[in-house]
Amino acid sequence: MSERERGQEEGKGSEEPRVGVFICHCGLNIAGTVDVEEVVKYASTLPDVVVAKDYMYMCSSAGLDMIKEAIREHKLNRVVVAACTPRTHEPLFRQTCAEAGLNPYLFEMANIREHCSWVHMHEKKMATEKAKDIVRMTVAKARLLRPQEDIVVSVEPKALVIGGGVSGMTAALSLARQGFKVYLVEKEPELGGLLRKLNKIYPAFREASELLSELVKAVESEENIEVLTSTRVEHVKGFVGNFTVKLRRASGEELELFVGTIIVATGAVEYEPKGLYGYGELEGVITQLQLEERLRKGELGEPEAVVFILCAGAREAEGPRSYCSRICCITALKNAVLIKEERPETDIYVLYRDIQTPGIEYEELYHLARELGVRFVRYSPEKPPKVSAEGGRLRVSVFCTFLGRELLVPCDLVVLSAPLVQHEDGRGLSRLLKVPLSQDGFFLEAHPKLRPVEFASDGIFLCGAAHFPKPIGECVAQARAAAGKAAILMGARQLRTEAITAVVDEARCIGCGLCVELCPFGAPILEGRKARIREAVCKGCGTCAASCPRNAISMRHFTDEQIEAQIKALLSGR
Amino acid sequence: MVQGKPSAVMVVGGGVAGIQAALDLANRGLHVYLVERGPSIGGHMAQLDKTFPTMDCSICILAPKMVECGRHPNITIITDAEVVGLKGRAGDFRVRVLVRPRYVDLERCTGCGICVEKCPMRPPLRRIPDEFNVGLGERRAIYIPFPQAVPRAAIVDPEHCLYLRKNKCLLCEEFCQAEAVDFSQQPRELELHVGAIVIATGFEFLDASIVAEYGYGRYKNVLTSLELERLVCASGPTGGELVRPSDGKKPERIAFIQCVGSRSTRPGHAPYCSAVCCMYATKEAILIKEHEPECEVTIFYMDLRAFGKGFQELVTRAKEEYGIRYVRARPSRLIEDPGTGDVIVRYEDTEALELRDERFDLVVLCPALVPCRDNVKLAKALGLELDEHGFFGVLDPLLAPVDTNVPGIFVCGYCTGPKDISESVYQASCAAERAMEVVFGREVEG
Repeated sequence: MSERERGQEEGKGSEEPRVGVFICHCGLNIAGTVDVEEVVKYASTLPDVVVAKDYMYMCSSAGLDMIKEAIREHKLNRVVVAACTPRTHEPLFRQTCAEAGLNPYLFEMANIREHCSWVHMHEKKMATEKAKDIVRMTVAKARLLRPQEDIVVSVEPKALVIGGGVSGMTAALSLARQGFKVYLVEKEPELGGLLRKLNKIYPAFREASELLSELVKAVESEENIEVLTSTRVEHVKGFVGNFTVKLRRASGEELELFVGTIIVATGAVEYEPKGLYGYGELEGVITQLQLEERLRKGELGEPEAVVFILCAGAREAEGPRSYCSRICCITALKNAVLIKEERPETDIYVLYRDIQTPGIEYEELYHLARELGVRFVRYSPEKPPKVSAEGGRLRVSVFCTFLGRELLVPCDLVVLSAPLVQHEDGRGLSRLLKVPLSQDGFFLEAHPKLRPVEFASDGIFLCGAAHFPKPIGECVAQARAAAGKAAILMGARQLRTEAITAVVDEARCIGCGLCVELCPFGAPILEGRKARIREAVCKGCGTCAASCPRNAISMRHFTDEQIEAQIKALLSGR
Repeated sequence: MVQGKPSAVMVVGGGVAGIQAALDLANRGLHVYLVERGPSIGGHMAQLDKTFPTMDCSICILAPKMVECGRHPNITIITDAEVVGLKGRAGDFRVRVLVRPRYVDLERCTGCGICVEKCPMRPPLRRIPDEFNVGLGERRAIYIPFPQAVPRAAIVDPEHCLYLRKNKCLLCEEFCQAEAVDFSQQPRELELHVGAIVIATGFEFLDASIVAEYGYGRYKNVLTSLELERLVCASGPTGGELVRPSDGKKPERIAFIQCVGSRSTRPGHAPYCSAVCCMYATKEAILIKEHEPECEVTIFYMDLRAFGKGFQELVTRAKEEYGIRYVRARPSRLIEDPGTGDVIVRYEDTEALELRDERFDLVVLCPALVPCRDNVKLAKALGLELDEHGFFGVLDPLLAPVDTNVPGIFVCGYCTGPKDISESVYQASCAAERAMEVVFGREVEG
């Protein structure tokens, strides 16, 4: 028995249970369907229940005072409130118990609103019987409750940002400006990522190099940021607030850092469209990124006609690149406009499936391109364009869905908009950090709307193209969002979580490691052939407990004994 | 934190972006005043049935965040309120907020609903359209905005209340056991001292009737997408049963029309793309197929904009698994068949190169999403710049996407331009982070 558990045995939890049951009318929400008086009467007959009361609104201050008074008057050591959902009200009632000197984990809630009155509005008698069943089950569990203490983890106020592109630099700057120490790790010898390869950025057609030097200057003059270029992450262990990270520099030198949070900003790379539209075979067939380079260096030459082919290797019917890569339409339109403005006599054809210019500025860009005389030809993926070489020039044939016939376009340059894809070493990093990738190969956020810049594992965040291709403004927004989330954790210096975690009975554990394999959060580790749960990482999901072949793992606050008691109470009937 | 700087911030707008910004700032240890124009936080997301591309139940993922705001010790929600004035500078703002009377004491009201039940302002006396259900349902003169409202409290509509109009009734006051009904309330003005402000006022739907050739408002079986959203929602006015308004018949053929008043240079229309309609139409089409697998659904679109993570995959599923038909066309007009109430869609199928008239039981319009009209007043009160459409302008769309012309005031969500929920949420976290920099960082003057 651990010291903590011993402490708990000595607490109120080990005394003879004295249960108080408090039943809420919730106005008419419950009382309009359930006969509350009858449930009160019934509850007072249940084993170990010493008092049962009802009130119009248990969550009102008068209702809460009623609970506190009853705890003192009847020396209650377990409290059951039968009312609405614990999702909204459990924290309030737990706190009320604590205010009356009772460990908050000696409280249990019975949901007789969502689980009963609201769904059985037209069967009042049955609903009352069901409310009794729910209360009986809850009391059966409450009798077996044990006091618990919240888990408190310290959080090191330092961050590791992986990736020195625009997202990584932005995230690092944000954190540094809030006063946190940041290690910014970049595998290349220079900061900048994809930005270093770009020409001009829409909107405003700003020079990428200008943007880049502005960011790099800010990063380098920031005393809270330590830039580590030519450096890779080699090993990560630990958990939220307490990560130990091993880095290796190109020189072979090893470094070890201790950080509280990690931000993944590793970006993406352009897909190499080998074998598509003559790429790699025909001279003059290049990718969008290669075009950016030519434009940047002023090496475009004077082509009479340029054909852009969109969705080259993207939005495929099957396989890993079935997604729309988001930035390719915008980039193609931007470059079409730049060429047209520089040399209006150049014929430009954009072969597209759907023009993806959502929002205000991008739609304006589309209009601008049309005004400048860029020609748009819509093709269908069933009849993709064909590129061939003829007499020293290129020739593109495409079936135009608007005209309903084949067009032949002689040209000097074919530019393929290939999608952005995950780095080769993305999978490796996902393993190191134990964070998932989605089917498209990019990193998978915890939830697209609830937690768009967080991983399911606490303390690790993501932003920018590592998550999915997106324009720079959106990368910046995500980077700052990720920094803000990391700042919340580090600013508090500690993290408090519920004590509902898995516990290993060492005597029973055979060290098979099944729990280590199954845990989606990486909470269990094997130590000396015994499993140990790292409480700060554990989310209390119970996967390990359910699968342990020796029943060596139990869940605090949801023990087998407690759940069995509930089931028995249900089956024991009225 | 710099000495003497207020550790409070303000968030204006209680939709999903404002909620996220408020939660981030509150969790960073700052006190947040969350100012909402309406009677509850939640915004448009609370009205949606499901969300793309994951098809999560919208209110199920939003409500926990709303509740968290409601009971967060660092958040003060101020509903029925608007910002009317500003003094000071970044790090040291004084904001004037006007709070309209709700005639219900929020401290006392428990949201039990007895007052609503007793209110006589219901048919046949009066039919008051329910805003939450976009007028498809009814409410009383005292009402709770929707079941998951935060604060979950009643509000009196002075336009319809018998007591406020004719000095009689008071049934709500009589029956309220919490003694929460308070007709003595007057408008009041607050002055709040904050270090930074985050604006998240969201969007409105363009009035679809201005696209006259589609007959919205004249043809009974032409709906907007938000109306459809409420009709397929289990908590909606029909309990999730999809019936057409003219005769209560189950529709067998439904058409969606994209870009209604958007991507259009006509006066009063939005020239831009609203960014979410292709995907929510796809979502709504799938919802219809899930309700009524036999129903045929067609989406008329210009460019199918499925550009986000998991979007193209959802469209593929819509086509292949659900058999939803996508036709590239911008219909020229809708014609109502007066005998049946059916709607005939006239369009050029640009792939088949043919002019067609096709009959549908129900047509759903996806109107442009436009900035809130109130932005003009708010921008004036705060000294902010609006773009030509009425969205809040940003300093630099690349490196400062949430900074405004006023240091210390940040913007996020749809009020800065079209974007989906996910982007609104992380942009809100971004705006919150910028506000943190003002309060905690060296950035006193932006």
